[in-house]
Amino acid sequence: MGHPVAAPEEWIRILWRVVNSDFVRASTWVMAAGTALEAVTMATAEDAAAQEFARVVEKHRPQIFRFLLASTRDVDLAETLTQECFLKAHRNWANFRGESSAMTWLMRIAINLQKDHWRNRRMQFWRTTRTNAVDLDEASEWLPSGESSVEQQLLAKERVKQVWRSVEGLSERQRTVFLLRYVEEQDLSEIAAATGLSEGTVKAHLSRAVSRVRLELGGKRS
Amino acid sequence: MMEFEDKTDAGKDPLGLRVLDAQDVELEKALTNFKSCVHAWSEAAYSRPRTPAQEIRHRSRRLAAGWALGCVLVAGSVSGGLFERHHKMVLAEITAQQRAVEQQRQLREQQAKATESDEVLLAGVDSDVSQQVPSAMEPLATPLADDETK
Repeated sequence: MGHPVAAPEEWIRILWRVVNSDFVRASTWVMAAGTALEAVTMATAEDAAAQEFARVVEKHRPQIFRFLLASTRDVDLAETLTQECFLKAHRNWANFRGESSAMTWLMRIAINLQKDHWRNRRMQFWRTTRTNAVDLDEASEWLPSGESSVEQQLLAKERVKQVWRSVEGLSERQRTVFLLRYVEEQDLSEIAAATGLSEGTVKAHLSRAVSRVRLELGGKRS
Repeated sequence: MMEFEDKTDAGKDPLGLRVLDAQDVELEKALTNFKSCVHAWSEAAYSRPRTPAQEIRHRSRRLAAGWALGCVLVAGSVSGGLFERHHKMVLAEITAQQRAVEQQRQLREQQAKATESDEVLLAGVDSDVSQQVPSAMEPLATPLADDETK
């Protein structure tokens, strides 16, 4: 006679015993603990990344804002572009591999955003009437009064106004390079990394920009 | 052979971009002032108090004012058009009435003229024809006289 075939109720009873055995229970606990640990590790990494990004924002936001303000002479636009810059940076923060400094990476994003903005503005010509850029006189008023006499202060303001005027007349690349060099005081390699140009090209743009400024100030062309 | 002036100072300016001779001190000073100006402006703008709620309120007010102005303009132009149309219709009615009155007047004048001419004609007929009535026996007198002579 063969083995008697177990009834379905018997099979269910056997399965229930296996499920309730210590081995299965222990392995289940181990798996659950592993999953929880993984989640905790991921949360910790995300927190660390968020904290790191917050530090970067706190450190570099004024500089990015300053560059965009000097480029656009529009406080509201500079603020908007700065926010967009950090929003974009936040979205791509995981992809930032640290090949360049965070400042260079952020500056590159800011330059591209500024470029996109002017391109869109050129396309949408009716927006030109809505620009809030301050005029050269107002922009020149921010000169700290470090000069000794009133005449010297006026002369200094006039000179600054002339520099603003010549910066306004520069091409987009020349202006970017000029501002990065003389306002942000970056060196050629940093400017090249931020703009995506070679150092030689940066030097050429800078030279032309300085010539233009010198010409505006009434000096000789180098 | 003319020699080019070397304006770079490797010690102070490793980039070789800053021009350091006496003539360009002014340029350097202007650039320094420009940098100070941008920094001061940026700091002032960066640390200014931000009032987003007010800004939003201002924007919504501006938006509402814009919509109101747009509605007023649209309503004004529509009502102006309607008024102009109504005015033209009234004018056309008045002109038509005047034309009808004028036509009636002309018709009346023509009728009056026609009546007057009939009366004049009848009067002429009366004066020319019925005033010269021949004597009753005259038509017969002449043939009889002829017969007697024969």
